[in-house]
Order: sequence, then structure tokens, then C-alpha cells
Amino acid sequence: MAEVMERRPGTPLAVSRVPVRPDEAAARRTLREQIARLEGELGALFCSTYPRTGFDWHVPSRGGPRVLSLVELEQLRDELLQRLEHNRRMLSDRTYVEELNRRRIEEMLLAPDEHKWVVIRNEDIGERGCKSWHVRPRFGLLGMLMNWWRVRISSGCPLAGGRGPRPRPLNPVVSQAR
Amino acid sequence: MIDSELEEGWIAAELAAELHDVKSRLRKLADRYAGGKAVTISQQAVPWASRVFFRQVGIDPDEHRTPVEAIALERMRAGGFPSRNVLDDAMLIATVETSVPVMAFDEDALTGPLGLRLAGADERLGGDGRPLSSRQVVVADAERAVAVLFLDMAEGRGVHPRTERIRVASVQVKGVPDVSVEEALWIVRETLLGDA
Repeated sequence: MAEVMERRPGTPLAVSRVPVRPDEAAARRTLREQIARLEGELGALFCSTYPRTGFDWHVPSRGGPRVLSLVELEQLRDELLQRLEHNRRMLSDRTYVEELNRRRIEEMLLAPDEHKWVVIRNEDIGERGCKSWHVRPRFGLLGMLMNWWRVRISSGCPLAGGRGPRPRPLNPVVSQAR
Repeated sequence: MIDSELEEGWIAAELAAELHDVKSRLRKLADRYAGGKAVTISQQAVPWASRVFFRQVGIDPDEHRTPVEAIALERMRAGGFPSRNVLDDAMLIATVETSVPVMAFDEDALTGPLGLRLAGADERLGGDGRPLSSRQVVVADAERAVAVLFLDMAEGRGVHPRTERIRVASVQVKGVPDVSVEEALWIVRETLLGDA
């Protein structure tokens, strides 16, 4: 240290040229922990978004199973983070629209004539099922003319079997041959 | 000439009891597995640890499902856990109960203890199978790679009808407690021996 401090300007500094290999273990450990945390947050977000569809959860594979390099771990961490942020923003936007739709249902129930023919389905408020709120005129054409509007709430999903007769087989010749 | 009369076969009493028990257990397990559980499964500690491990070794768990998630999806698709054979049923029960995946090998086709290592250059799966990528994580015995971790197994190393002894193994990833792994292996053993 004393030699360095006393070094005159212009004198070259002696540099040690012993090859040093950086220890990546700590960096790799930190990256693995970050990936674990992001994976957990992504899983939690997936549960929060259910039953909404249209989210992309795909983060490409790295051709594993193998030990990923430091660069690959960093890329994976960044992609997970991007996917998480994108889906969080998307969920935030969707919940905002759903909240507006919920408010609109209340307004429809209070003043149906101000929301003529508006239909809001369960998926529009982020819920499962086939329920819908539909503003329709009471007594059909007469209600339209008299401005009698009401909100019709559907009873849910149609029955799997349907109410009509069973459909005929597509190829009756094959059925008879059996 | 084909005889059109169908004849009912027979099953030895001890085997029938065993099959019946495994099937009823699969039915009960399937009843406990509802859609909600399948959606939230990645939130549970052990399945989450498996997902994390998949990510860390470069596998996308949404593309190549972790064993417990694959079972959950199959349960939703098939509406139950159809029985296939005693060994597959035992491994399925163990994985569903503990979320720990298990593998089964033909004991006589292995040499020495099993472990994990990286594949070497020009190495082939099972010694003479398909070529392995360099530095791929493989399950290996003392001589050769017998399976690619969580993917395919070398030909002839798995359990087949002529197998006399089975070695059941599991990979404990970080975050999975010892007791879960031990429980998984014991469930397979007891189900195979009919003590469950």
C-alpha cells in the first residue's frame, strides 16, 4: 500500500496475473431462489385468475433436464418476471372491467329502461357458469311500445342431454349393420 | 372355428382380494380429487417444489407436467383413476397421497445404487439406447444412465412381466420433506405386498 501511495506519476503499476475463476455458486443460488419465488407467485396468480381464460402462462423450456448456465438462469428469471407482470396487469384490467359490469348489473336492475337489450354474462364478471342478465321488454312487442322493460336472469347452463328427442345417428346404415 | 360362447375366467382368491382393494382405493382417491383441488394443486408445498425444480433444470412444467399435476389433469379428463396394473396403481396411489413421484426399475437390470449425475459426452441411454445430450441430468446406476430424469427410461430397465424383483426409487427435490418421500416409497411397497 505504501508503495502504491508513493508511486510517482507515469510509473507502471505491477499487476498480478494469477488466473482467477469467479465463483458462480452464490449467484446461481440467488437466481434459483428468485425463480422459486416467481414460480410461487405465478402459481398464486393462476389460482386468482381462475376461472378466467385468455392468460398465457407459458415460459419456454430450456431443453432440460440439465444444469442451466448462469445466463440461462437469468433469462429464465427475467421471462418469469415478465410473464408475471404481464398477467398481473391483464388481471388488473380484467377485474376493473368486471367491476364496471357488476355496477352495470345493479344499474340495470334499478333502471332497466335505460339499458335496453343489454346482456351481461357470468364470464363478464369473472365467474363460472352460464348465468346472464338480459334487459328485455315485458310482453314482447307490447312491452317495447309501452316501454316496459325488465331484467331477465337466466336459470343457468343448458342441460347436457337437452330437452328434445335424442339426435338421430349420423350414419344409420352403419348402426343397422351392427 | 370361433366359439361364440363367452366363458368367465377365474382369479385366485388372494389376487382378487388384492386387486379389489387397490381398485376401491383408487375409487376413493378419485372421489377426493375435485376440480378445485386440481386448480390449486400448484399452490401446495410439495407440488410447488416439483414445479420449481422443473423450472430450475430447464423443463417448462406447463408443457411437461410434473407427475402429480399430470395425474390431476388425467383425473379431470378421465373422471377417475382407472386401474391399469398393480404396480402402476401403487405408484399412482403413492404420488396422489404424497405428491412425490416414484419410479420403478427391474432390480436385476441394475448394477449398484441409483443416483443422479450429468450425462457424459457421447453417452447413450442404457448404454446402447438413444444418444443423450451432454450434461443432461440422468438417473444412473454404477455402470450407465438408466433414465432421463422425469422423462424416459432406458429400454429393459423398467418393470416387465418377467421381472422378479422391483426397485422403487424417488427423487427428493428441495422443499420436499423426508417423511413425504419415505411415505411414498412405503405406500408403493405396501400396496404391492397387499398390506395397505
